[in-house]
Amino acid sequence: MGFFLETLIGGLMAGMLYSLVALGFVLIYKASGVFNFAQGSMVLFAALAMARFAEWLPHWLGLDSLWLANTIAFVIAGALMFVVAWLIERLVLRYLVNQEGATLLMATLGIAYVLEGIGTSLFGNNIYSIDVGMPKEPVFILDGLFEGGLLINKEDFIAALIAALLVGLLALFFQKTTTGRALRAVADDHQAAQSIGIPLNRIWVIIWFVAGLVALVAGVIWGSKLGVQFSLVTVALRGLPVVILGGLTSIPGAIIGGLIIGVGEKLSEVYLGPMIGGGIEIWFAYQLALVFLLFRPQGLFGEKIIDRV
Amino acid sequence: MNIRKLALSASLCTLALTSLAPTQASAAAKDQYFPVLVYRTGAYAANGAPWANGYIDYLKLVNARGGINGVKIIFEECETGYATDRGVECYERLKGKNGGATVFQPLSTGVTFALTEKAPVDKIPLITAGYGRSESQNGAVFTWNFPLLGTYWVGADVAIQYFAKKLGGVANLKGKKIALVYHDSPYGKEPIPVLEELGKKYGFDVQLLPVAHPGVEQKATWLQIRQHRPDYVLLWGWGVMNSTALREAQSTGYPRDKMMGIWWAGAEPDVKDVAEGAKGYSALALQHGAEPDAKVVKDILSMVYAKGQGTGSKEEVGQVLYMRGLLSSMLGVEGVRKAQERFGKGKVMTGEQVRWGLENLNLDQKTLDAMGFAGVMRPVQTSCLDHMGSSWVRIETWNGNKWEFSTPDWYQADEKFLRPMVMLASGKYAEEKKLKPRTPEECKL
Repeated sequence: MGFFLETLIGGLMAGMLYSLVALGFVLIYKASGVFNFAQGSMVLFAALAMARFAEWLPHWLGLDSLWLANTIAFVIAGALMFVVAWLIERLVLRYLVNQEGATLLMATLGIAYVLEGIGTSLFGNNIYSIDVGMPKEPVFILDGLFEGGLLINKEDFIAALIAALLVGLLALFFQKTTTGRALRAVADDHQAAQSIGIPLNRIWVIIWFVAGLVALVAGVIWGSKLGVQFSLVTVALRGLPVVILGGLTSIPGAIIGGLIIGVGEKLSEVYLGPMIGGGIEIWFAYQLALVFLLFRPQGLFGEKIIDRV
Repeated sequence: MNIRKLALSASLCTLALTSLAPTQASAAAKDQYFPVLVYRTGAYAANGAPWANGYIDYLKLVNARGGINGVKIIFEECETGYATDRGVECYERLKGKNGGATVFQPLSTGVTFALTEKAPVDKIPLITAGYGRSESQNGAVFTWNFPLLGTYWVGADVAIQYFAKKLGGVANLKGKKIALVYHDSPYGKEPIPVLEELGKKYGFDVQLLPVAHPGVEQKATWLQIRQHRPDYVLLWGWGVMNSTALREAQSTGYPRDKMMGIWWAGAEPDVKDVAEGAKGYSALALQHGAEPDAKVVKDILSMVYAKGQGTGSKEEVGQVLYMRGLLSSMLGVEGVRKAQERFGKGKVMTGEQVRWGLENLNLDQKTLDAMGFAGVMRPVQTSCLDHMGSSWVRIETWNGNKWEFSTPDWYQADEKFLRPMVMLASGKYAEEKKLKPRTPEECKL
């Protein structure tokens, strides 16, 4: 029982991090109807910027405080993500208004390659660390109930809390603010939104910037866990089954989807893996998403798409 | 109209002559051509780049020293991204250039599997120092593969020897549990037959835990390790998988001094970022470790980097993976040098001639010391039937800041145990592919 609970808790915490990554996809899709394949590359780019500036600033400015260096590096990386958002709107999206979804998807594929190339050229392709003081050692609780106690990974726990907080703030932003409502209007129909005076170009810059900030937070958390390196791009792909399952337009869907995927893949690896050779947790998430696609193509909380034919 | 036709014909003739030109130039090639398959991008770039830099810097050093008996080396990189399809594409693109490739070293077991059937057709040797197919040690069947310095079966055998030594003898392996956390790819699966055989022989239990590429998600794997509590964990990873495994070991409280990695899990990128969290973790060393004080490294710094011709950053020169690339490069160059002894000093060697050179390598300690490899490696002697040439391994331990050799002694794989396995597996391969193994008499030709 103790082992099952450990796996379950581990899955829930991993799931919360997947939700954070999935949120990047949901935000941009909600506001622009674009499935952003470059989300993983944005995570890598932001994390590289954060890691390298945190390393360079103490040398450049003679800073002794790690906290201060990290804070300034975070602000610089955030500003860079704004520049990225502005450039994407200026150089790519502006010319693709009212184009087919597939065209926009292909454009984001191009953005992904450009970001990966520029990121590794500017900041290097080695493994870099982000030290934000996350505790690495485990903690064991309920020693009396379970032999050896229940293992809780403190780093994952804190990361899950940060992810939950960010998800909550973004949900409020979309529901309660004028800008949030404008973003949703743009997602529904570009032309209709423009006709009632919503500045499409500005809205796109805002939403890509917000997605860039989410990518930065995800990059800091994953970078602190794994080290900042090219594989962060693949981490973002973990968000794909989450949005398929939860729905591309739903923030609560991203959360619930993340938790289901997180728990599902850990339990499947531990209990099904030994029976069929192991190493199944990555494809299991996609299988689960595929099953959902069969019965509920819009995902658990996604809006049902009705097209006039 | 006629003028237009004439102009068109002239253009076509020029095009045809231009396209023929490289072939003619190739026939009279004066330089020894080394194609270099690398991965400087993608998930494994942090490990692939230093290997490639070491490989190329050594070729530059050889040129700076005057070439191979006066024959200059030319080289060309091709990016594989550690993907098998791209590796094969690079091979096809480069194999015929500049008079033909001398040798290929793909730094990927997956690409090696794919090229093993192509190399005999194109007559180009494949050097796979410390990786590739373990049964390719048998040169009677795998006539173009050279897993020089050691195979994964050598690694698995030595790892068990090391565990036995820590336990106070092989008898104490009985009843023990050893978990293999491996990259779920041909590379990661290589040690399984040896571990299972040794498990039967000594009575220990082997638990297999595959990790999917690239290895960033291992929580479930390490929860299983926490549940089963193996006595030792053998880590068979590459790239980000290694550092992630060490982080997960730390976060699940598994002692790092009970962990042992293969030589591809024992370099700076694997532990540098985990730092104190990886303290006590050991890895097999393919003879060498980080060798900043080796003469060959100092020569590279003075003859290549001092002239601004270094391939990578000066700081990485002498690190573990840099040295692995450098040694791999040296083995290829020495194959050419040996071939020249028979086929003509100062001449460019073909792939077939280099194959002979690699089959007759005899790098004794005196030669190695003279080349600047004193303290870096032990002698290598190959033969037509033994394409490995050496099976010596050392153990290094991460002290939180750098790798150091934990014990002064060397380990040698148990050839009496491994050789029958090599013969059985290579015989099976020959049967499947309908190959007629070479006899010792044929080897003399």
